Amino acid sequence: MEPSLLSFKNISKDYAGNQVLKDVNIEIKKGEIHALIGENGAGKSTLMNILFGMSVIHNTGGFEGSMEIDGVETVIKSPFEAMEHGIGMVHQEFMLIPGFTITENIKINREIPKKAIYNEITGKLFGNRMRTLDFRAMNQDARAALDTLGMDIEEFTLLRGLPIGYMQFIEIAREIDKKGIKLLVLDEPTAVLAESEADNLLKAMRNLASQGIAIIFISHRLNEIINVADMVTILRDGELVVTKPVSDTNAIEIAELMIGRRVVIDKEESTRELSDDIALSVKDLHVAMAGERVRGIDLSVRRGEIFGIGGLAGQGKLGIANGIMGIYSAKGEVSFEGKTLPLNNTRAVLKSGVGYVSEDRKGVGLLLDESIADNIVFTDMQIHGSFLKKFLGFISLSDGKNVRKHARQMIKDLDIRCTSELQHTGRLSGGNQQKVCVASALTQKPRLLFVSEPTRGIDIGAKKLILDLLRKLSNEQGMTIIITSSELVELCSICDRIAIVCEGRLAGILPPDATPVQFGLMMSGMDMGE
Amino acid sequence: MLRGLDKSKVKAFLFDNIVTIIFVVFIIVGIIASSELPLSFYINELMARFFRNAFLVLALIIPVMAGLGLNFGIVVGALAGMLSIIAVRFFDGGGIVGLLICFLIALPLAILFGFLTGKLFNKTRGQEMIASLIVGYFADGVYQFIVLFAIGGLITVAAGHPMMIPGGVGILATFDMGAHASQISEMSDQVPGLKYALDWIWRLPFSPALIAIAVCILIFVIVQQILAKRNPAWTVKKPWVFWLNIAVCIAIILLGVYGILFPRGFLWGIRDVPMVTGMVIIALCLFTHYFTKTKLGQDCRSVGQSQHIATVSGINVDRTRIIATIFSTVLAAWGMIIFLQNIGTVNTYAAHRQIGMFSVAALLVGGATTAKASVKNALIGVVLFNAMFIVSPAIGRLFSGNEGVGEYTRSFMVYGVIGLSLGLYIWKGVKAERDKNLL
Repeated sequence: MEPSLLSFKNISKDYAGNQVLKDVNIEIKKGEIHALIGENGAGKSTLMNILFGMSVIHNTGGFEGSMEIDGVETVIKSPFEAMEHGIGMVHQEFMLIPGFTITENIKINREIPKKAIYNEITGKLFGNRMRTLDFRAMNQDARAALDTLGMDIEEFTLLRGLPIGYMQFIEIAREIDKKGIKLLVLDEPTAVLAESEADNLLKAMRNLASQGIAIIFISHRLNEIINVADMVTILRDGELVVTKPVSDTNAIEIAELMIGRRVVIDKEESTRELSDDIALSVKDLHVAMAGERVRGIDLSVRRGEIFGIGGLAGQGKLGIANGIMGIYSAKGEVSFEGKTLPLNNTRAVLKSGVGYVSEDRKGVGLLLDESIADNIVFTDMQIHGSFLKKFLGFISLSDGKNVRKHARQMIKDLDIRCTSELQHTGRLSGGNQQKVCVASALTQKPRLLFVSEPTRGIDIGAKKLILDLLRKLSNEQGMTIIITSSELVELCSICDRIAIVCEGRLAGILPPDATPVQFGLMMSGMDMGE
Repeated sequence: MLRGLDKSKVKAFLFDNIVTIIFVVFIIVGIIASSELPLSFYINELMARFFRNAFLVLALIIPVMAGLGLNFGIVVGALAGMLSIIAVRFFDGGGIVGLLICFLIALPLAILFGFLTGKLFNKTRGQEMIASLIVGYFADGVYQFIVLFAIGGLITVAAGHPMMIPGGVGILATFDMGAHASQISEMSDQVPGLKYALDWIWRLPFSPALIAIAVCILIFVIVQQILAKRNPAWTVKKPWVFWLNIAVCIAIILLGVYGILFPRGFLWGIRDVPMVTGMVIIALCLFTHYFTKTKLGQDCRSVGQSQHIATVSGINVDRTRIIATIFSTVLAAWGMIIFLQNIGTVNTYAAHRQIGMFSVAALLVGGATTAKASVKNALIGVVLFNAMFIVSPAIGRLFSGNEGVGEYTRSFMVYGVIGLSLGLYIWKGVKAERDKNLL
């Protein structure tokens, strides 16, 4: 039998003891479209980084296992070596230059020198880089690549001003123009495309596959995988769940395998009584947060509820809290306790009793070179003018004594592990930093609290403490809490309802005891009816 | 023509060209204010300044292409030119041979300086412009140490050399480039110097030169139009633009013919045109254009557009940036030599100081930005910027009755234009970013 084009053999990888890939075996054949699917952190990107020999892999001690290309064991140390082996990648963020024509983009650093006598002379005298370029030949090559993809746009058009849907095709054209391309990796290629454009892309993929080019297709859209792929590999928590022909499976099975059945961490039996008052209502919210764009979301959250927002990375779940808090520019209607919240005005939102614990702890959440005490009171001091005393009747000074007293109380309440309230927050561990962020938000005595990625980068023990704290706030103070998290398990263990966001829109709202299939399908943007 | 204009387009045009427009208005006001002066005065002044400065301004284009911004560091190149002139004049070199030796000595010096400047730019990524400004000041200090102290202080030189300060340490504050061969009477034993060594190799009276230039442009415009129609990838000029170009060329030819037929007409009193200097400038324009068509030029553009994408595509970004800086520095060194052979006397401690600011300002006036500059921008800029210099005394008189005020107007315009251009460029960037994030 012909050896596979590419095989991963027993690939394992850990980053400083944190196992991200465990003994993964995948075979990819010539002319095959092989779909790769998995939640965030399932190991897709690590696997691709290994395939392309990215420095992030080699700088962290390499990986275990081996890769074979055409049956020959191969070590790829850099993206250029990958290119030489005929492996091309189309990135999720475009690697295109808007000020260049399509041809110039396709031919970047692979320009063709003009064959002319004067060029031989200048080339010899001043080096090859002083040769002039043969734009005619370059245009022809670009034309051929575009024709393969069925694009009839003129190859000498400037990229700036072209619709975004074209960019993906031009990226692919650049890869297939490289000599001897055998394997193409497409990372979420349809994420930015409209439906008809996505259809064209899938057509082009099939066309390429029929010419013998293998494609690794990373996508969260299950229906596209079912439509176009020959094989599907599902990764979960760094482990290979299964590789099987797409014809032997269906969307429901894939969704279930992707999410998996997981034990929810000590779920408190639901005896919670929720009022029917609407605390927060969001209508047609749009947020321009790069990479987490929100494209029109409606939500209502009841008073005292713990409301979860989940979804895959880059789908817009983080944009919701950031947009309402005015960190990124937003449009739409948001009302809190019946009053309209002004958008794009962080101060006003904070003032009306909404607290926020950002996912960007070190950037937005904390002043790393200031003490715990100052961090805890800082926002409240700004918003409500508390912890201040008057000097000479008109100069406001920080009331150090009160600040420290309050900080000590918070440190005790939230069990922040530190040497004293004067320690700088930059020196604290992730979990304790997160507690300081929460303490700062609580100091403002909010009636609604947004918490984004509360347990990101925190060890297991601290995770539980944070979640317990949030639950306690809800139970004892009746605070409305909206948690945004990539970890579904965490949402299921604490929330009353969970909204799933997909492609900037609300895919649906599920109870925490919904099945993995339901979550999986929703995250993949499929209607439950399908 | 006017039908196609809508308000937003006019607004965008005004906004994009505001710096150029301000200058044009300023110059027109200045010309009106000083209408008693003859036309020949303006043209003579403008011509002298154009041939003096154009080369230096053209030296700025390649770094802009490579994304380094406006290279105020051409001062460093200018210093290489000054050092080579000092070396040649110290040994009484002159004439065409002396000039060529100047160019030759300046070359390795400028390559070395350019390499070091390029290294610095790679270390100060994102802050290249301010780094280039500071490197100019720093190099000035080192240069002063050499010229004011090292020559005569560390390196012993013959006592009583006419270029030395009487004490024997340091070069005089001003020294002479020596007279041109044609200015020296046959009886005298004076050797020819560097003054006008390039300008006076071949001169043509104004009117024939005008015809020659207009014919060249006419041929260029027609050939370009024919090629553009054949090649689908080129943009064909709109018919009215094409015919306007033709008409302007023919008008200039007719003007030249008038000048020849009526030597005492209104073109009387205009000096001869330094043809070789003109050719050198045209050669540099053509070289810059050729450079953009080479692999290196394309790499420069890639690096200038996105360093990240260029790196990912396997282009050696740092090396490309250093090469671009070297090109600029070498051209600046040669440009400085051309500048000084026209002036005739060297202001040892000041001649180079304003070179960076003035050249950058001229390029910006021509419509360039920190990210985009062309030969066209440089040439238009040199004309407008120097025209501003010529009319500013008249403007000063108009507004305050004092010509001296014009001096202040000049520095106000120079720094104003740099500030305004940089501000507008940043503002456009912010606006584009905001438009992108608009919902």
